[in-house]
Amino acid sequence: MSTEPVGVTIEDLHLSFGSTQVLKGVNLEIEPGEFFAFLGPSGSGKSTLLRAIAGFGPLPSGRILIDGEDVAALPPWRRNVGMVFQNYALWPHMSVRRNVAFGLEERKTPGTEIRERVDAALELVGLIDLADRRPSQLSGGQQQRVALARTVVVEPRVLLLDEPLSNLDANLRVQMRRDILNLQRQLRLTTIFVTHDQEEANTMSDRMAVLNEGVIQQIGAPMALYDHPANLFVADFLGTANVLRGRFSRPAAGPRFVSEDGIELPLAEPPAANADAGVVVLRPQSINVLARSKPGETGDVVLDGMVRYREFLGAVIRYGVDVGEHLLLVDHGHRPGERVFEPGTEVAVHVDPSHIVSLTE
Amino acid sequence: MTALTRQPRGTVGVALVLAVFLLAFLVVPVVKVIFVAFQDPASGAFTFVNFVDFFNTALFRESFANSLYVAFMAVLVASVIALPLAYFTTRFNFGGAALIQTLGVIPLIMPPFVGAVAMQLLFGANGSVNLLLDEWFGFTVPFMEGLNGVIFVESIHYFPFILINLSAALNNIDRSLEESAQNLGAHGMRLFRRIVFPLAMPGYVAGASLVFLKVFDDLGTPLLLNVNNMLAPQAYLRISSIGISDPMGYVISVMLVLFSLLSLWTSFLALRGKDYASVQKGGGGLARRDLGGREKVMAYAVVIFVLLIVLSPHFGLALLSFGTIWSYSVLPDAYTLANYREVFETSSQYITNTLLYAGLAALIDVVFGTAIAYIVWRTGVVGRKWLDYLATGALAIPGVVLGIGYLRTFNDITVPFIDKPLASWWVIIVIALAIRRLPYALRACVAALHQVAETLEEAAENLGATKYRSVRRIVVPLMIGGLLAGFVTSFATAAVELSATIMLVTSETDAPLSYGIYVSMQSAAGRGPGAALGMIAVIIVGVATYLSQRVIEKYRREQTMDGQLVPAGGAA
Repeated sequence: MSTEPVGVTIEDLHLSFGSTQVLKGVNLEIEPGEFFAFLGPSGSGKSTLLRAIAGFGPLPSGRILIDGEDVAALPPWRRNVGMVFQNYALWPHMSVRRNVAFGLEERKTPGTEIRERVDAALELVGLIDLADRRPSQLSGGQQQRVALARTVVVEPRVLLLDEPLSNLDANLRVQMRRDILNLQRQLRLTTIFVTHDQEEANTMSDRMAVLNEGVIQQIGAPMALYDHPANLFVADFLGTANVLRGRFSRPAAGPRFVSEDGIELPLAEPPAANADAGVVVLRPQSINVLARSKPGETGDVVLDGMVRYREFLGAVIRYGVDVGEHLLLVDHGHRPGERVFEPGTEVAVHVDPSHIVSLTE
Repeated sequence: MTALTRQPRGTVGVALVLAVFLLAFLVVPVVKVIFVAFQDPASGAFTFVNFVDFFNTALFRESFANSLYVAFMAVLVASVIALPLAYFTTRFNFGGAALIQTLGVIPLIMPPFVGAVAMQLLFGANGSVNLLLDEWFGFTVPFMEGLNGVIFVESIHYFPFILINLSAALNNIDRSLEESAQNLGAHGMRLFRRIVFPLAMPGYVAGASLVFLKVFDDLGTPLLLNVNNMLAPQAYLRISSIGISDPMGYVISVMLVLFSLLSLWTSFLALRGKDYASVQKGGGGLARRDLGGREKVMAYAVVIFVLLIVLSPHFGLALLSFGTIWSYSVLPDAYTLANYREVFETSSQYITNTLLYAGLAALIDVVFGTAIAYIVWRTGVVGRKWLDYLATGALAIPGVVLGIGYLRTFNDITVPFIDKPLASWWVIIVIALAIRRLPYALRACVAALHQVAETLEEAAENLGATKYRSVRRIVVPLMIGGLLAGFVTSFATAAVELSATIMLVTSETDAPLSYGIYVSMQSAAGRGPGAALGMIAVIIVGVATYLSQRVIEKYRREQTMDGQLVPAGGAA
């Protein structure tokens, strides 16, 4: 498929269901050929935003530009954006082949070409042998592939995936993740997908937008968002975080943070200008617990703590450590035979200042 | 299923009793009817001569064609009524949806024959509507002329079968199935033709074949409208005028059974393997939109117009029962309670008989239904599925056929002590009613049983309850709401059954309401009291239906409140 990928731009998009505002001024720029994720909890508006791009749901205000053309007022069948539905939405009264052929038939494609392209699409997803089956005779993963084939066969300008992996079991999910990504790279198709699972968003997307309550919280590459969350919601949603509340100060020796209960932390990067009160975020894996006697890395801040509990998670051991009035979660990579701390043990908690994220509220 | 290896002897005994009952009162009479149809009346040898005679007789050929024509036309007219209503309720956010839902059950409360005469007075050649049409516009419409009347009356009574099935099918179409087609470029008529219509088709066919079956088998309506050249009336007239030895009644019976089976088979084929209700989570039903101001007015106008027509038999019946003389006039001359007084003074036995017969029949249905449901779904008795098949098979047996079968089979069997043939004892009416309603009651019992998780029973057995005790103390109490609903439904429909009843009633003192209505309506003088009886029947059935709805609702509420009592999911 030879067409050049196109970009999607969303400008000041508002959308309401009755009196409930679901999207509150969304602005977004998706590059041509990009694999882009909408990530957010349920009710954040991510599916509504995706459906608005496809032309479903109430009429939004604002602009939706596909390849520079505003499609916001077009009906779904004039947009040529392909959507794969969460439940696949395969028509039960048609065979796999007829499902896939549907969109081409609607486009009045000649019969011989339809046959070739349907075969090619089914080949692409590895289901050519099952072309004459009914959807009900396929497994969940196979149905997913048919849905993909049915959508990409019409060569849409943009591919939309609504929670594409949520109906698959765990093993299949990992496999499908790679398959979808490969397909996207192969077709060079601008793709947007919706998920509530940060692991899916992290592994698949080039960039993502984190949504909450109808507002985009932050846009960026997965790692950038994880390491440099713009606010507490993003920090929290992308993974476990220790949050300390307190005040910033800027003495000559370098910026510092003092928590409400008196824990002092030096900061590698200064907080936003003239921010006074705020929070710092510490990922459990950026903190280390060591025996009191052991030296840590130079430059680490060392705090006194006591182990309250221990959870074995497989790859890591997670300690709940009392530091001052805080319970800090600390992940320690698990190696067989290594010493573990029992609850009640007094430990030294080491923090690398460069891993501390400071946020204003 | 678990724990099916050892069967207590009691269960097998109960299964045997049920099997004997179904054999004696369903299989044997029906087989007898079929047997006689293929028997030379003189020699008793196997022959097709009866069928040859049937097709060589002009009257029977005409009756056959008429029955087919009426059934097809009734399906057509019923579809014309049902389609817009189903469309409104599933496509639009429409306040009239609730109205349509009620409208959907009203005709089912009253069987078509009850209102047939009243319809004659409203829509007949000299009925109210035509008198007004003639006066205002100078023309009349032959609504009730011959077969038209049967088609009209049947279709306004049975369209709810199509409405209910079609609405359910439309509501079961997942919204995403429609959206994905739009996403791929389909819209408007093409979307409807390629996606919505094929997905709703099985529901429509199921409803339509049910209408076909009901109309094809109906005896009361053509009789009351004095249309005798149809199959069911012919069967009845042959048997009642010439006698039970005349083979034509049996040949017609075979034809009736054949077409009943055919329409049930059609419905089965339509639904088989097309359980499109496999709607995944998310938006069930098609996307609905709001109606604009003018559209809303139009929609309400259509609904109210249909409502008026659908309610006209009830309305006409009420007028007739309270009227003095009603002939060649738009409305009765005056109003009176005399008809009701007469009914209560001279024919109150109809009412008490109906309560007794329908009550007993419904009781038998619920008890047998529960037993069959339990044996089929929760035990390993060999051949248990056959109990289900047999009981459900009664669906395909028209009342006339069952009546003829009973007459033929049980005339020679004398009931001890009362010294009467079984065929003319009132109890046989109860049994006929029970057999005819058993399929519906059985479905209600199966549904109720599925509500009770098998583990609840196993827990009782684990704590030392015997099979019998755990069924009695755990299963039946938990099923009780569903059983009550089943009882009332059986009772309500049995109370107005006419086609088997009419064959089996031997004396007025033993006759139920439906027979009383039929007899009274035969003469002009009896119409008033007949209508009063009809109103009483409507009230009995209406109250019973209302009560059963209440019971079902209350039961549902309790189920959701006590979710733990009945674990979701139930048994397999």
